[in-house]
Amino acid sequence: MIEAKGLTKRFGGTVAVDDLTVTVRPGVVTGFLGPNGAGKSTTMRLILGLDAPTAGTVTVDGRRYAEHDRPLTRVGALLEARAVHPGRSAYHHLLALAQSNRIPRSRVLDVIDAVGLADVARRRAGTFSLGMEQRLGIAVALLGDPGTLILDEPLNGLDTEGIRWVRGLLRDLAADGRTVFVSSHLMSEMALTADHVVVIGRGRLLADASLDQLVADSGRSSLEEAFVHLTADAVEYRGGRR
Amino acid sequence: MSVVRAEFTKFRSTASTGWTLLSALVLVAGVGILYAMVRASRPPADPSAFDATAASLSGVQVAQIAVGVLGVLAVTGEYATGLIRTTFTAVPRRTPVLLGKAVVVAAGTFAVSLPAVVVAFLAGQSVLAPEGLNVSLTAPGVLRAVVGAALYLTVVALLGLALGALLRSTAGAVAALFGALFALQMTVGFLPDDVYRDVAKYLPAPAGQAVVIVRPDPYYLSPWAGFALFALYTVVLLALAAWRVRRRDV
Repeated sequence: MIEAKGLTKRFGGTVAVDDLTVTVRPGVVTGFLGPNGAGKSTTMRLILGLDAPTAGTVTVDGRRYAEHDRPLTRVGALLEARAVHPGRSAYHHLLALAQSNRIPRSRVLDVIDAVGLADVARRRAGTFSLGMEQRLGIAVALLGDPGTLILDEPLNGLDTEGIRWVRGLLRDLAADGRTVFVSSHLMSEMALTADHVVVIGRGRLLADASLDQLVADSGRSSLEEAFVHLTADAVEYRGGRR
Repeated sequence: MSVVRAEFTKFRSTASTGWTLLSALVLVAGVGILYAMVRASRPPADPSAFDATAASLSGVQVAQIAVGVLGVLAVTGEYATGLIRTTFTAVPRRTPVLLGKAVVVAAGTFAVSLPAVVVAFLAGQSVLAPEGLNVSLTAPGVLRAVVGAALYLTVVALLGLALGALLRSTAGAVAALFGALFALQMTVGFLPDDVYRDVAKYLPAPAGQAVVIVRPDPYYLSPWAGFALFALYTVVLLALAAWRVRRRDV
């Protein structure tokens, strides 16, 4: 369970996250949606204690992230898949993270198998394709068998098989009773994966509702139409009309 | 302790660690032997003023760049890729990460530097022996100077680590390392000689290298006082780095 109360982050004069109050519940997949620059990644960094909030609080399972002992066993996160030393193998990347949180070595081999990287685990990560990097990032998130998962655009670079695999994985994790908080730009994909959606624009909360409720309330026919309607005033960058 | 294990796994699992330490070893031994050969072919006019120990350990002057860069890369390599965010989600208190890196970089550097300086000393003395310029390891101050050379390299690696954590970019931290080890002496080199002598010995590199000097030299502090001052500079920078790293957004 993730709880944000009045969460605010300013960088100089710009407000990235603006008085955000939201609860992300266990047992369902919660989609985190918003146009580019809406503050999704900043919100995730605030949850993980990487950035300090300007105001407000955010907790995971009732505590600030940094107060958790062995946090990887509590929260698994994927922020940027490319955040790997290019000269280090996937195995050693995962092993170092496991050791820092006293997670057994056997678990490293388990997650490597689970994400389908067993054949390339000893190769330098710099040789990985974007899809393989994404699988490694998901392996990092799963490493501590956490009750909460925070995934920023986990579908980037994945092929059809990979997308189907992540969709199934997210639904299984939620069915286990875990909290699954996942951002995406792909509305059609979110419509298939998420049960609940949180929509932000310019750092502010625009909607926090079940997927069905959101679409019904907007009077539109799909999540994508509802999203475009909802964020019409919050889009930072827009292409020209055809 | 778990963080030290994790940092050791990172340290040993990149090729750059091996190459940097190997180059440090080759530079300490190779440059030391070459310089001893130069001195043997052109013997000093006054052999009593010749420091045979320091001469055979002159490769340390070059190798310090390699170990300093090793320390820098231990931190900046993580900032360059964004890996530092994953590291800090695993260890959100952050300071243990810096301490873990310091323990691993120091242990790795000392483990390679000590055999390197012993080889450089023994080989250098055997080159100097035909001219009667050599000294024995058991002569006063010599063992201290040889072990001190390895300790000096170890602290240089930690200085690189501190600068890397403070500046977060490889280029910036390497430039600052060159500044600390070389540019400061060049700058005060323009001062009159008597002022230079009183000032230069307190700068980081001459202070740290005092521990490698066997013959008393007015341009250097006493061996352990100098080394302690160099270590103090490094500890202050590490503490500053820890304070910055804890507070900054990443």
